[in-house]
Amino acid sequence: MSSSTTSTTTISTAGPPSRRNTELAMLAFAVIIPVFAYANVGLALSDEMPSGMLSYGLGLGLLAGIGHIVVRKFAPYADPLLLPLATLLNGLGLVLIWRLDQSERLARAAASQGFAYQASAPNQLMYSAMGVAFFIGVLMLLKDHRILQRYTYISMAGALVLLVMPVFFPAKFGARIWVTVGSFSIQPAEFAKIVIAVFFAGYLMVKRDALALASRRFMGLYLPRGRDLGPILVVWAMSILILVFETDLGTSLLFFGMFVVMLYVATERTSWIVFGLLMSAVGAVGVATFEPHVQQRVDAWLDPFAVYETGQGTEQIAQALMAFGSGGVMGTGLGQGNSDLIGFAANSDFILATVGEELGLAGTMAILLLYGLIVERGVRTALAARDPFGKLLAIGLSAAFGIQVFVVAGGVMGLIPLTGMTMPFLAYGGSSVLANWALIAILIKISDTARRPAPAPAPSPDAEMTQVVRP
Amino acid sequence: MSELTLTVMRLGFLAVLWLFVIVAVQVIRSDLFGTRVTQRGSRRGSDRAQRQQASPPQQRQQQQSGGRGGGRQRRGAPTKLVVSEGTLTGTTVALQGQTISLGRAHDSTIVLDDDYASSRHARIYPDRDGQWIVEDLGSTNGTYLDRTRLTTPTPIPLGAPIRIGKTVIELRK
Repeated sequence: MSSSTTSTTTISTAGPPSRRNTELAMLAFAVIIPVFAYANVGLALSDEMPSGMLSYGLGLGLLAGIGHIVVRKFAPYADPLLLPLATLLNGLGLVLIWRLDQSERLARAAASQGFAYQASAPNQLMYSAMGVAFFIGVLMLLKDHRILQRYTYISMAGALVLLVMPVFFPAKFGARIWVTVGSFSIQPAEFAKIVIAVFFAGYLMVKRDALALASRRFMGLYLPRGRDLGPILVVWAMSILILVFETDLGTSLLFFGMFVVMLYVATERTSWIVFGLLMSAVGAVGVATFEPHVQQRVDAWLDPFAVYETGQGTEQIAQALMAFGSGGVMGTGLGQGNSDLIGFAANSDFILATVGEELGLAGTMAILLLYGLIVERGVRTALAARDPFGKLLAIGLSAAFGIQVFVVAGGVMGLIPLTGMTMPFLAYGGSSVLANWALIAILIKISDTARRPAPAPAPSPDAEMTQVVRP
Repeated sequence: MSELTLTVMRLGFLAVLWLFVIVAVQVIRSDLFGTRVTQRGSRRGSDRAQRQQASPPQQRQQQQSGGRGGGRQRRGAPTKLVVSEGTLTGTTVALQGQTISLGRAHDSTIVLDDDYASSRHARIYPDRDGQWIVEDLGSTNGTYLDRTRLTTPTPIPLGAPIRIGKTVIELRK
């Protein structure tokens, strides 16, 4: 403390030591809402409380409770909102998937296409349990997020493998984003987004000074030197290659967007955003002109209702738009909409259309706000983190999460061409649930480190003995 | 199921969903952490009290009287405290009615880097009339005003040297 201070106030860092009880209360709330939704669907569909309600509520409560206990033990200072938000979205997703399982229309459609219709909700419940197990595993095994920094280049290799792998497997539904082993298939891109965030964070932490400072000023923008453009060009080329070979706009957009966000955060140079937007626009337009699958998606986006005139293509987007429209402001009520008309992928890529129809604009906004809050907590964690690697990793993960929500929601609502990504937590899909629980676990771990009160200061002179003046 | 029940449940669900969002935002609001401004003395009072029984209770009490004395400055009253000898020579602290604590404790107003000073050595505060008082806080080597060792809180004449270990401070206009 400087002696020229003029008042006796002390400015200190004030972290509430732990918000675990807040988290527990929010978690209880987050479990009650999906149970309420479940009852709502049951009453609307069959006039009675669904039989599995108690076990569903207990199951979700148990998962949340175990997650909470592990957070209490292994990340006591973590952010109090991340776990409840994720639990709520996961629980609502389960209810929506179960609600679509009850649809006779979907069952008939499946039967007419010749494959057995099976309920997705039990699977999703299993995936959720696995996801929470994954979450617990990450919390227990990852003692400190800075350990990940050691694996910067290994994670680059790992991410490349994960991204390239699907190319060697047959395309499913027009996009090569799946790795199929027997009857088991995963979407490696979901995991790649976490791994690649580790690489970007480690790489940019080392290189950010060169990228930020060595630049010329031109028309109010800092133009980076040619050789510093290397990394952004490489990532751009990679995302274009993904687009060409896997015909998946979403993954490509996710990685490039994440890199540009992290580059901007690391260097504070707006020019990177300008470059990034230009490059992604050029790339997307370029690929869309010659890649038929992407072209098809763009056409469906430009004129979603053309399917009713020409009879070609898919009516999914048109149905999704009509679902949003018929939902109106307040929605039709859970279980009372017709979003199952979307048919294929109604419970995965298009699950937001069900939200839009049955909960209306009000519900959709609430759900999007829940996603926004998760991103906000991630950004807040990044702000509070003390080490640059943790900052960049937290911002990268929350950017990936936010971009994914934007890409899916934008696709379903017809704002951008539809891509094959899933709404985190809400949509049906094992890889997505697992990867996003792991993502939340890493954010919780970083926020635990960031919010942990600073260790007690080293013994200061006042702890020493005062010398006695001897006359 | 009647239409009414379903409508009530539909709106009720939306209300509950939004309630969650609002509660979450409230949690964020109450969770804004960062810097906190605290009055000195009250923050560390509890843990210091066990280590150094002598000073904190008085100090806290002092805070209040210090606050009361503020704002009421008489003509001819000192406006600053100057360190005239010791490692901090040349340092000045404006006197604005606050209590000034002196000692080696790092949360003192003036942190003395002096082997002969105690962690909470002395304090200087205005009394109700705005007269500045120096009080020894049970220090090992004592506080001297001019040449006399202080035993009770004593008013400080303008320009009189207060000696703490190797440090000398005085009040000036």
